[in-house]
Amino acid sequence: MPEPIGEEGGGMANAIVGTLILVGVAIVIGLPVGIGAGLYLAERRGTWLATTVRFLADVLNGLPSIVVGIFAWQFLVRPVGHFSALAGGVALAAMMIPMVTRTTEEMVRLVPVSLREAALALGYTRWRTSLTVVLRTAMAGIVTGALVAVARIAGETAPLFFTALGNQFMSTSLREAIAALPLQIFNYAISPYESAHALAWAGAVVLIGLVLVVSVAARFATRARFGHAAD
Amino acid sequence: MPPTDASPAATRTALDVQDLSAWFGAQPAVRGVSVGFREREVAAIIGPSGCGKSTLLRCLNRMHETVPTARVEGRVLLFGTDVYADGISPIALRRHVGMVFQRPSPFPTMSIRDNVAAGLRVRGGGAPSRAETDRIVERALRRSALWDEVKDRLKASAIGLSGGQQQRLCIARALATEPAVLLLDEPTASLDPISTQKVEDLLYELRSEVTVVIVTHNMQQAARVSSSTAFMLAGELVEMAPTARLFTAPADARTEAYITGRFG
Repeated sequence: MPEPIGEEGGGMANAIVGTLILVGVAIVIGLPVGIGAGLYLAERRGTWLATTVRFLADVLNGLPSIVVGIFAWQFLVRPVGHFSALAGGVALAAMMIPMVTRTTEEMVRLVPVSLREAALALGYTRWRTSLTVVLRTAMAGIVTGALVAVARIAGETAPLFFTALGNQFMSTSLREAIAALPLQIFNYAISPYESAHALAWAGAVVLIGLVLVVSVAARFATRARFGHAAD
Repeated sequence: MPPTDASPAATRTALDVQDLSAWFGAQPAVRGVSVGFREREVAAIIGPSGCGKSTLLRCLNRMHETVPTARVEGRVLLFGTDVYADGISPIALRRHVGMVFQRPSPFPTMSIRDNVAAGLRVRGGGAPSRAETDRIVERALRRSALWDEVKDRLKASAIGLSGGQQQRLCIARALATEPAVLLLDEPTASLDPISTQKVEDLLYELRSEVTVVIVTHNMQQAARVSSSTAFMLAGELVEMAPTARLFTAPADARTEAYITGRFG
């Protein structure tokens, strides 16, 4: 736990928990929306709606993260009257969705038409083919893409400034301001004390470590369910 | 849907194609084809590349219409029922008319067992029990002459099989739902000669149980496995005759030119 600014020592347990919660919220919101949109784009390419959705995803992908943050602040913080972990998570999800959408679209497009046809010829409906054959076949690539997105949003600072805000204390409530590693690093780094700078560096290491652990764990989870046969 | 309890002696017409035309956009692929495929026989469709033989086959289980801009006119009677009539679901139809494609297409995320059982899950009346599924999977794999090779690794990935084994797995997958008709679209085009022979032997075995229509550009294959053969050219049916007669005494000069190797 952090000590008051100026004191020696202190930790960042609250920031680690906060980042996990924020990323968790972003995944819960962003993954289904992103994968669903990506599947739609790949399966219904060329339609008016698909073209519009793809354009919006590209625009959202190129949006500066500080702009995402101010939108979340306008629509999720101001009406409620206080900062919240939920607003931070939604802002991160908004950054994650376009990345997941485009990766999903690319991965689904790589699934050979022959597999789709094989499923249809067995009497599968279109949506069943999409979900049980196409999406499952593309899943390893989608998970990898989602991880890249998670790794990127885990380190985002700008969207959290006026949504999650940061918190000196341990909080796990979605309705309260919450600590996050990038915010903590920022706060320590701009303080005038050497010990705080060391903590900022420590926070950076922890953040990188978290991202690494998540990546490696998911790599193992998605490594062919059938051992090496599918490599 | 079709009754399947006819006596083996009766050779009814399983599939009766009447004045069928098919297009990709404005491009015609099949023009006014009328042809019948008799029950419990292996029928072959031969012809040069682009003659519309695969498209004709794909019209029989309404796979043609899954391609954007594709269009069909005419009738296909499956045991007397027009599969293009209003109220006939292509999804339900495909559960009775199995299909095997040119490239082996096992589902890469499923085990060998689950691949064979894939069609059972969408069969009318709900998925069978685990024990029942195991029984059906074994029977389908035995019928496709694959059981002895895979019985010890049913839970392994289907991707680990060789190309020939994968294709026989796809045949087992198509047979598991007990279709009345099995359509094969150049099933051995990507296989080596030994695997090809295994698949051909298998087709020969199947002829007593299921109606088979096979598209092939390999005339020797048509001669080996089929009892009647149709020759197509430029989207039209030139002639259909018992295989022995088509290859020895064709009625049409174009058929003779093709089988003697003067073109195609």
